[in-house]
Amino acid sequence: MSAYRPGPLLPAREGRDIALFAVVAILCFLAVFGAMAAAAADRAAAGWSRSMAAEATVQVNPRPDESGDQAAARAAEVLAGVPGVAESEALSRAEAERLLRPWLGEAILPDLPLPHLVVVRLDEAQPAAPEMLSRALAEAGLDARVDDHSVWRADVGRAALTAKAAAIGLALLAALAAGASVVFASRAALQARQEMVEVLSLTGAADRFIANLFQSRFAWLAAVAGAAGGLAACALLAALVLGGGDRGLTPALPFDWSDIILAAPAPVLAAGLAALAARLTVRRLLHVAYRTETRG
Amino acid sequence: MPSQAAAPASSAVRFDAVGLRYGADSPEVLRDVGFTLPAGSFHFLTGASGAGKSSLLRLIYMGAAPSRGSVSVFGQDTTRITPADRTSLRRRMGMVFHDFRLVDHMTAFDNAALPLRVAGQKPKTYMEDVQELLTWVGLGARTGAYPPSLSAGEKQRLAIARAVVGRPWLILADEPTGAVDDDMAVRILRLFVELNRLGATVLIATHDRELVGRSGMPSLHLERGRLSEGAL
Repeated sequence: MSAYRPGPLLPAREGRDIALFAVVAILCFLAVFGAMAAAAADRAAAGWSRSMAAEATVQVNPRPDESGDQAAARAAEVLAGVPGVAESEALSRAEAERLLRPWLGEAILPDLPLPHLVVVRLDEAQPAAPEMLSRALAEAGLDARVDDHSVWRADVGRAALTAKAAAIGLALLAALAAGASVVFASRAALQARQEMVEVLSLTGAADRFIANLFQSRFAWLAAVAGAAGGLAACALLAALVLGGGDRGLTPALPFDWSDIILAAPAPVLAAGLAALAARLTVRRLLHVAYRTETRG
Repeated sequence: MPSQAAAPASSAVRFDAVGLRYGADSPEVLRDVGFTLPAGSFHFLTGASGAGKSSLLRLIYMGAAPSRGSVSVFGQDTTRITPADRTSLRRRMGMVFHDFRLVDHMTAFDNAALPLRVAGQKPKTYMEDVQELLTWVGLGARTGAYPPSLSAGEKQRLAIARAVVGRPWLILADEPTGAVDDDMAVRILRLFVELNRLGATVLIATHDRELVGRSGMPSLHLERGRLSEGAL
C-alpha cells in the first residue's frame, strides 16, 4: 500500500463528455470563424474606401477648336501640377472602349460617343480636394467636371458596413449559441451525475469541494473543446490565406494571418461559462432540491 | 472514536411533530413523529416495508427536509442550518444505505476511504486504518476490486466499512444485514455494538425481528408513517 494513490473522484472519461466536447467545439469554430469573417469584411471595406478616395475622375468637354483627346491631354497636364496629385492620365478612346467592352459588346462601340476622361491618382498622404482640381481646370480655361467618387464611395461604404454588420451578427449569434450550449450541456451532464453529487455530499464533502470538482472538470473539457474549435477555424483561415490571396478563394474577404488572434478568447470564454454553469448547477442540486421538494 | 463527553448535545436526534411528504400533493409518508435518541444510545427502527423507515433516516442525514415539524441532530435544527453546518454534521455521521450507493468507478479501497478523503485527510494518514477495516469486514483481498464486480454481500460490507471509517458520532444503517449471511450479520452487529460502546449513537432500520430480539436493544416501531404506541 506504500505506493497507493487515490483514484479520481470523477470517472476519467465518459461517453456523454464526447457529445459535450463536439457541440462546444463546433460552435466555438463557428463563432471564431464568424469573427474572422467580420474582421476580413472590415478590412475589405476599408480597402475599397481607401482605394476610391485615392482616385478622382475628370470629364472634359472640349472647346470647338480642339478635339476631345487634345482637351483631355491638356487637362491631365494641368492636373499633374496641382499639389496633392500623384499622377494624372488622359484616358484614350481605345482605353475607354476596352473598359466598356465587357458591358456593351463589340458592335456598337465604334459609333458610340464616349466622354473624354482623365483619371487622377491622388497623393494618399495629402490628397488634393476636388475643389482645388476644379479651380485649376477653370483657371486653365477648361470646361470640366470633377467626380471624386463620393456618391459611389458612400454606396460602397454602406454595402461594406452591411456586410461587416452581418458578419459580426453571425459571429455574435454563434458565440451566444456556443455559450448557451456550454451552459445547457454542462447542466445536463451534471444532472446525469446527480447520484455522484449526492454520494459526495452525504459522505461529508463540502458544497464548495463538490462544486470545485465539477467546475474544474467541465471548465477543462470546455477549454479543450474551445481550443479545438478555435484551431479548426485557424486551419480554415490558413487554407484560405495560402490558397487564396487577392485573386484566389477570398478576393472579396481578405483574411489575414493577424486574424488568428481572434481564436484566443474561445477556450477561455468556453471554460469560464462551463465553470459558472457547473457551479450554479451543483449548488442547485445540493440546496434547492433539498429545500423545496418536500416542503408541502 | 469520539467519547460521550465530546458530543455537543445530550440528545443525538430529536423529532418534534414531524411530517414528511414527497411533493405538495402527495400523502404524508411520516405523520406526527416525535422521539429523542439520547447521545450514545443504541436503537433499532422496525416496521414493515413502506412504513417510512428509510424516510425517517433520510430526514436525519438531511437527504430531505421535513414538511412540518422539526428535526434536530446534535442540537442543531436541520431545517435552519447553513450548508457548512450541514457538511459538518454529516461528517459526524456514518450512513449505510439500503442501495449501498457505492461509486462504481472507484476501487473498494477508495470507496471505503471516501469520507476521509473528502474531509481533506491525506492518504498516508488513513491507509492503514482503511486496510485494517476492510480486512475486518472480509474484503482484505478485494481492496482493488470495483463495486460492479462485488457480490451483494460484499457491497453491503463495503458500505458498512465506508460508514464507520470516519469513526462517526451517529451511525444510521438501513437494513445493514439484509444481504449477508448469519455469521456476518452477527459480526456486523457486534461492530455496531462496539462502536456504540465507544460513544457512537446507533440507529439501525431493519425488518429482521429476530436480529432485534437477539440483541436485546430497544426499538422504535413505525406503522404507516406513525410511531406506534410504546415507542420512545
